[in-house]
Amino acid sequence: MEAQSRRVAGSSETKNRRRDGAVMYGRGLPTLSIATVVAIAVSLSLVFFYAPLEAEQGFLQKIFYVHVPLAIIALCGFVLGGLLAIQHLRTRDPRWDMRSYVVIHMSLIFAVGTLITGSIWAKGSWGHWWVWSEPTLVSFLIVFLLYATYQPLRFAIEDPERQSRYASVFAITAGAFVPANFIAVRLSTAYLHPRVLGSTSNLPASMALTFLVSLGALSLLFATLCKYELTAKHTRSQIRALRRRLDGGDAGAPARARSAVPSLQHLTTSGAGPVVSAPAAGSSAR
Amino acid sequence: MSGVHAPPRALPSVRPARPPRLWPTVGALLRKELLVELRTLESVPGMSLFAVTTFVLFHFALNRSSVEGDLAAGILWVTLLFAAILGVNRLFVADADQGGFDGFLLAPVDRSAMFLSKVLTLLAFLVVLELVAVPAFALLLLGSPLGPALPGLLATLALGDLGVAVIGTLVAAMAVQTRARDLLGPLLALPLFVPIVIGGARATSPLLVAVHPGTPALRWLLTLGLYDLLFGLIAYALFDFLLED
Repeated sequence: MEAQSRRVAGSSETKNRRRDGAVMYGRGLPTLSIATVVAIAVSLSLVFFYAPLEAEQGFLQKIFYVHVPLAIIALCGFVLGGLLAIQHLRTRDPRWDMRSYVVIHMSLIFAVGTLITGSIWAKGSWGHWWVWSEPTLVSFLIVFLLYATYQPLRFAIEDPERQSRYASVFAITAGAFVPANFIAVRLSTAYLHPRVLGSTSNLPASMALTFLVSLGALSLLFATLCKYELTAKHTRSQIRALRRRLDGGDAGAPARARSAVPSLQHLTTSGAGPVVSAPAAGSSAR
Repeated sequence: MSGVHAPPRALPSVRPARPPRLWPTVGALLRKELLVELRTLESVPGMSLFAVTTFVLFHFALNRSSVEGDLAAGILWVTLLFAAILGVNRLFVADADQGGFDGFLLAPVDRSAMFLSKVLTLLAFLVVLELVAVPAFALLLLGSPLGPALPGLLATLALGDLGVAVIGTLVAAMAVQTRARDLLGPLLALPLFVPIVIGGARATSPLLVAVHPGTPALRWLLTLGLYDLLFGLIAYALFDFLLED
């Protein structure tokens, strides 16, 4: 059985890669990318040609269709990162840590976008780049400052296993902090200032539709980018494992460079199954 | 027959039948922490001195000889939090550098005992810090009488201290294993302290006015209490994962 598998190692490897979802990562990526492009095109055309101009703010108000979805997705991404981290601590599967890392990383990028678009909007409509009376913006900054320490924390812990564990603890704590912080900041301003920007409930139907389409399109963008990053990370670690094998097994493997990126090293040597282990057994028999 | 039974009978005499209970362990650990602090005086004197020096800095930075209301509450809370950060940074250093973690992990005790004892230790440090810092604040900067404000202030400080102790312990345990521990500790802790500052300062500011001092709004005490509860549960649940090695 083993001899047979070794004889057809090449073909069984490719077959395994296709059949086993854990090895073939980029599946569905082209479809997802095309769907994202179409959705963004539709949402942008709705924003510019369908949604009516707002009476007071005029054209500037269109930034609402980018800013608010970005903020919602970033916050949901932060919370999702915490949920994935819970799964990581429960199963100890490094793939959950990788997902948590990618989701938080992408949310951080979306959060930068939110802060920039929010500042532009605030400058346009209120005349200041920063407005403390807008609780959503303020709590967003606090959440952003907290999550900005996620990468430095990972980078400062060398042992990959400990790094993933500590990062998960951080992700769960911070994920719970997001809603708690929003409530606290909202409380601190709600009594003094009326809410300037209400929820979608007081929007006219055409604006609400445009907003929801934008939200959907940017969510798709978020999902696509996450999937791209996951695929790239998995592929890179796979290539690294293959190169290690080419160089003559694990004994001569170079130490992992210090990095904030989760390590899938123990995954590629054990979790990926026959792809790596069969030839390793062959080389040891030799 | 007796030969078969002898080893199982001999074993319990060597090993206790069940591990020691949680609270005696916490008590022993707390005693150890306080004893170490009493002998080395590494944290609390530094924290207190830092707070007093910061009041002096505020006096010159604001160019005011007395402050009231919002400003007084803000100065008090920010100073206390920054002083607390000093204690947070030192909280696990001895355990990490001198094998305290290893000794604790080898002992057959509940790991939550470490968390609870560290929270109580930090809480004790904060109480001593405030015993120095609050009178010093009243003496150096506060423009209103401290007496009538004291009950409300004590209640607010107690709730704030609990939150700082819980979050500080979790963050300290995380930061102590990192390469840049003195840097990451404050970076992680300060954003998490923001709701405590909001609740604490808003609750304290009506107390620190010269005319018609009020009472802390129940809303803010409730906010502080809920935040303490939330993070207490989170930290209690997650702390074990920081100790596995």
